[in-house]
Amino acid sequence: MTEFSYSALLRLLVPEMILVISALVILAVDLVWARELPSTKRHTIAFSISLFGGLAAVVSLIMGVTISTEGAKWLIVGGATSSVKVGLIGLTLVSLAISIRSQFTKHLGEWYMIALLALVGMMLMASANNLLLAFVALELVSLSFYTLVAFHRSSKDAMEGALKYFLLGGVSAAFTLFGLSFVYGATHALNFTDIATQLAGSSLSPLLTVGMGAIAIGFGFKIAAVPMHLWAPDAYQTAAPPVGSLIASASKLASFYLFARIWSTALGNLSGSVGLENSDLGWVLILTVLAIGSLIIGNLAAIVQTSLKRLLAYSAVAHAGYVLIGLMANTPDGMASVIYYLLTYGLAVTGTFALISLVEETRGNDQIQSFANFHRCYPVEAFCLLIFLLSLAGIPPLAGFFGKFYLFAAALKSPSTSAAMFWLVVGAIAMSAVSLYYYLKVLKQVYVVDTQSRLQRERSDPTLKIIAILMAVGILALGCFPDLIVGDLLADLQ
Amino acid sequence: MLSWTVYSSFIGATLCALWPNLSPQNARRTALSTAIIGFLITLACCFQYDLESAQTVQLVSKQAWIPSLGIGLHFAADGISLVMLLLTGLAAITGILFSWDIETRTREFFVFFLALIGGVYGVFISFDLFLLFVFYEIAIIPKYFLVAIWGSTRKEYGAMKLVLYSFVGSALVLIGLLAPFVEAGATSFDLLELINHPFSKEFQNWAFPVTFIGFAILAGLWPFHTWAPTGHVAAPTGASMLLAGVVMKLGAYGALRFPMTLFPMGLAAWRDELALLAVVGIVYGACVALVQRDFKFVIGYSSVSHMGFVLLGLMASSEVGLSGAILQMFSHGILASLLFGVVGRMVYARTHTRDLSELETLQLAKRLPFAAGTFVIAGFAGMGMPGFSGFVAELQVLIGAWNTFPSYAILAGIGIVIGVCYTLRAMVAAFFARENRFAELPKEALPAITLPEKTGALILIATTTLIGLYPRLLLDLIVPSLNSPMLKPLITP
Repeated sequence: MTEFSYSALLRLLVPEMILVISALVILAVDLVWARELPSTKRHTIAFSISLFGGLAAVVSLIMGVTISTEGAKWLIVGGATSSVKVGLIGLTLVSLAISIRSQFTKHLGEWYMIALLALVGMMLMASANNLLLAFVALELVSLSFYTLVAFHRSSKDAMEGALKYFLLGGVSAAFTLFGLSFVYGATHALNFTDIATQLAGSSLSPLLTVGMGAIAIGFGFKIAAVPMHLWAPDAYQTAAPPVGSLIASASKLASFYLFARIWSTALGNLSGSVGLENSDLGWVLILTVLAIGSLIIGNLAAIVQTSLKRLLAYSAVAHAGYVLIGLMANTPDGMASVIYYLLTYGLAVTGTFALISLVEETRGNDQIQSFANFHRCYPVEAFCLLIFLLSLAGIPPLAGFFGKFYLFAAALKSPSTSAAMFWLVVGAIAMSAVSLYYYLKVLKQVYVVDTQSRLQRERSDPTLKIIAILMAVGILALGCFPDLIVGDLLADLQ
Repeated sequence: MLSWTVYSSFIGATLCALWPNLSPQNARRTALSTAIIGFLITLACCFQYDLESAQTVQLVSKQAWIPSLGIGLHFAADGISLVMLLLTGLAAITGILFSWDIETRTREFFVFFLALIGGVYGVFISFDLFLLFVFYEIAIIPKYFLVAIWGSTRKEYGAMKLVLYSFVGSALVLIGLLAPFVEAGATSFDLLELINHPFSKEFQNWAFPVTFIGFAILAGLWPFHTWAPTGHVAAPTGASMLLAGVVMKLGAYGALRFPMTLFPMGLAAWRDELALLAVVGIVYGACVALVQRDFKFVIGYSSVSHMGFVLLGLMASSEVGLSGAILQMFSHGILASLLFGVVGRMVYARTHTRDLSELETLQLAKRLPFAAGTFVIAGFAGMGMPGFSGFVAELQVLIGAWNTFPSYAILAGIGIVIGVCYTLRAMVAAFFARENRFAELPKEALPAITLPEKTGALILIATTTLIGLYPRLLLDLIVPSLNSPMLKPLITP
């Protein structure tokens, strides 16, 4: 092994280091100096530092460094990865902004620090080009999230949700590690590209089958695919809205991106096809099973939910099913569509969590019924919620529709596609009709139900309003000009 | 120029939504001016349209939108689009006139109303299939809110049913839109490029019925029609006028533009079965309308029956059948708007009942003579009285169908006869019931018919009479376009 240059590696990690430093600064400032201030002030200070750190990280990402062959053993930077990282930073900052007015915890410094550490973990997940680093990053994110879910001290169910999340998460981490070790055993390589070289031309061995199955189970947990989805409704419901927003948006993006890269960069040669035509068994078949289960169970279970957060959790399961279809394409098109889909999904879902936070603070809970009369008290927010939910349902000209369309087009254009893939897409389209039903059920409360009793003016929250407006504008803009992002992503990935 | 029909509607909707402190009266005015502007733009386009070169689509504006998938903002029009645009403009103006008295959440009503109209305009001028699909879906969501918020009788159920049927239909269309990618390796969604693409016969045989039924759900094809009567009945008057008048035409128009134009071999394979469904729709709709107690359901089912003529004409694959189908779309759009206007606005809003047996006791012919007169004209026009637009249209459809499927033409003729029966039955029961000397006549006077209502009704009556007396106004636009290279393959010699 050649001598390793740490300074080269550190130069690649400038954005992450900026964020780690900001996290520590926040903790120090909050402990030493801001402890006695009123909580709004502490929030403002902590958020300003995070915002500053986040922006600095974005700038350093855009400035960029070219990667050396040395660094590529561990990390990839630039191109689509940078776009993903910018997306992660943005979604995390929005989630932090949601918390500014909320009272869910007294430990403000810790909340900001752990959230930023989770962000660093997610950015490392996006960059990781090595199985070990990927696993370490994954664990950093997971441990931060277990803590954050439990942070919601005022909710007596939060402990239960956090414990469930932790126990299932621990098992899934074990599966992931188990699977990764099998892949290492079969290929004697940890670097993604080396694994791909080792696997070129080889067919599926039992060792690899077990390894891939275990990795799929581990990641299936992270992305909440059926049957590893059971933690999601509880975690979403019991976590405070900012935490839920972080888990639902940024963590999805990072997990899917890493999952996609392990699958298509490292194990791409073992893809196989949906219909088993002209090829051996491969990982596409595993993903097919996950996708079908997620699409059906996610969408059907969402129908009967009465809490908006649980509804979002099940709809997240369904959305994981859609994204898996794009993953199966195993092409640059597919990868670009997956990233685009998750970015737009992140916009809609963080926006929705911001409004859930508003309703929880003013009306006490997140039951769908509590949204009655929403349009009268909060006309702007109601319109934003309309945009978020319709985008999730995939109605043009909102970004969510183009996300789905790109996914389906990529899946169908992929060279390995088959009749079975076509039927999978047909099924996904059919399930999106189901999804419109439950999103409209929420919108019915928001717009149609018009009880006159609740006419007293309710407190409006400017921060949440601005977040909602920004997310809605983003969704509309990405919907009207979808090629803005996808064009760049495609150019990067090819 | 053409695309400004869409833009102006959305600008109007935005104004209604965002203008600070817009009073309800000004919201109405904004909406009405928006609709009038849209209609004037359409008229200007009609004058710009060159009848000499009707072989090609005109007024083209084309911009790249999503180049990676070969999708462009391709707006254009041929004679058929123009006829549908005119219909949309008229239905929008009169729909707003008949919604003049909406007092609850007036601004929001017109926001959704104008958004729906914008989507409808967009469908009629899109020559990129993806764009057409986008507008087709934009038109779905406002319908839900229009019906669920301002509707009556089981409004939430009707609204949800309406939207889910439309969405399932558009899901089928989306499958048909993606299919050329997989099976046929198409690289563009532009209609004018796709028609040159050789789709294999096997492909057409399954892609055609999927997309056709997707669109036909919205056109009220039997047995997928059940959303239409419940939806129309639940909707507020202005919205039922748009739903029956224009939105159902979106389905028929989409079916003509996309599956029928692109998959002629598929059409040939499925023609007989679909024509049978159309005829069943004509007779079934008419028979069900005959036994309804609710006045609005009579009109709702008559729409299913009349739309059956459109679909039968489309299946006739002759020039006269197709032009009859398009004329029938226009004619039914005008007449259905008029009938829903009379029943929903002039009668129901004043008497608060639509039950025919209750209306019998109210002596409406004496108390609301204008409403009675309007209904008589609309009813007779609807049953195919010469001199009104319905006659020319249905006659053409019947001639076209006679050449292709004689037995279906006879059944459709029976449908017309039943149509006479249900129209007369409803007319007599609602307006001209014999005076019952023992029943006590209600003393209080009903509110008079308002000026916006009268204006709206007169516009529609004038249109149906004009087209009835001088159908060439529209036929000159329609027939040359049917002979264009794009639609020529539909007409079997």
